[in-house]
Amino acid sequence: MLIALIDYGAGNLTSVRKAFTHLGAELYQPASPADLARAAAIVVPGVGHFEATRALTPEWHAAIRDALDRGQPLLGICLGMQWLFEGSAEAPDCPGLGVLEGRCWRLTSGPDRLKVPHVGWNTLEPAGDSSLLAGLPAGSSVYFTHSYACPVTTATAATTEYGGERFAAAVDTGQVMAVQFHPEKSGNAGLTILRNFLARVAARAATEAR
Amino acid sequence: MLAKRIIACLDVRDGQVVKGVQFEGLRTAGDPAALARRYNAEGIDELVILDVTATLEKRLAMARTVRAVAAELFIPLCVGGGIRGVEDAAAVVEAGADKVSVNSAALADPSLITTLARLYGSQAVIVAIDAKREGSRYAVYSRSATTPAGRDAVEWAREAEDRGAGEILLTSIDRDGTKAGFDCEMTAAVSSAVNIPVIASGGAGDFSHFVDVFTRGRADAALAASIFHYQEHSVEALKRHLQEAGIPVRVQV
Repeated sequence: MLIALIDYGAGNLTSVRKAFTHLGAELYQPASPADLARAAAIVVPGVGHFEATRALTPEWHAAIRDALDRGQPLLGICLGMQWLFEGSAEAPDCPGLGVLEGRCWRLTSGPDRLKVPHVGWNTLEPAGDSSLLAGLPAGSSVYFTHSYACPVTTATAATTEYGGERFAAAVDTGQVMAVQFHPEKSGNAGLTILRNFLARVAARAATEAR
Repeated sequence: MLAKRIIACLDVRDGQVVKGVQFEGLRTAGDPAALARRYNAEGIDELVILDVTATLEKRLAMARTVRAVAAELFIPLCVGGGIRGVEDAAAVVEAGADKVSVNSAALADPSLITTLARLYGSQAVIVAIDAKREGSRYAVYSRSATTPAGRDAVEWAREAEDRGAGEILLTSIDRDGTKAGFDCEMTAAVSSAVNIPVIASGGAGDFSHFVDVFTRGRADAALAASIFHYQEHSVEALKRHLQEAGIPVRVQV
């Protein structure tokens, strides 16, 4: 199963690569937007400033939209998730892909006056019934590190609360999936989620082949 | 709810885990990858590998050790010790570290913090501060706690945050390896002064010390080495204790 891992220079992708490889996926780094066509699925990772997503040029935007039109599943991780929304207060004039509704906002210290960034293990509260989170015991924790957060919408599969603010921790529209946390750093819970994603990709590939 | 993190530290020299008392008299505690495996199974939240003699001997933390540990770990991994500049940091990141910890090199050239934050993001940059009480102040030391840096820990932590550090790893030189408990006053002073997480280190001896540092010490995470290495206590038992004390921890399910 060939997965396109988009490296746009936002952080170190070693851990993401390692986790997918551990689960038996084959990764490649598309050299150009056209190189996405052969992928069974696309992963948009990334950490850092929203401005970094500017490296995803209009050509990449168009190619990823085309991929979605073809039905290729997509997983956004951390900054990659935020980029799927319309934009972020972190770089207001830098447009996101806009396949998810709403904009990302900066976590405030909140009524509880907690520290920002939100760093560490926090609990997932499932919202709805997403197979991306299948097999996760109630009260599972995952590893976050971020200062900006995505809005809770009808596409939200799980939320997390920090400092009195609730944000989307996972999104699942059926085709577009995304997580604010780092599944590659979230122990068994994270590996379960990545395995679920790969199972969805495999199921779609099997349907396509028929 | 955000959990307080329990971090195990592997002080590594020549590919073996060692542990000293107040930065001296190292004794061997075993193979880093084997210890990492055990801690992971017990539910450790994060691992730190420190090349404890690297600064003195001007060696880089062994990439091979990092690679061996990173190979089977899917939790955050920080590597430090002897990171003198961008090239050293790149080598450990390449080997699988998610975070790099800088100490003496950042004291010598604070702009290194900003350079690394721009390269890898602030979340990947930990500034390690070794400090000891001198009167009512907390004096920072560099080069494995051998050389006074002429700085105050609270001020240095603030500056590190301004320059782009994502976390502070604060070690009490007075308490290191003594099992007399964390320096809660120092930890609270630094933690209240910055808006980034502070990892308390130095002095963990029993479970009550962790409760203290998370409450009185206002620590976001606590790091320990010898308390775990010699199987005196398991991570699992520690977390159960913290839970009973009302402190939020990650329970591996």
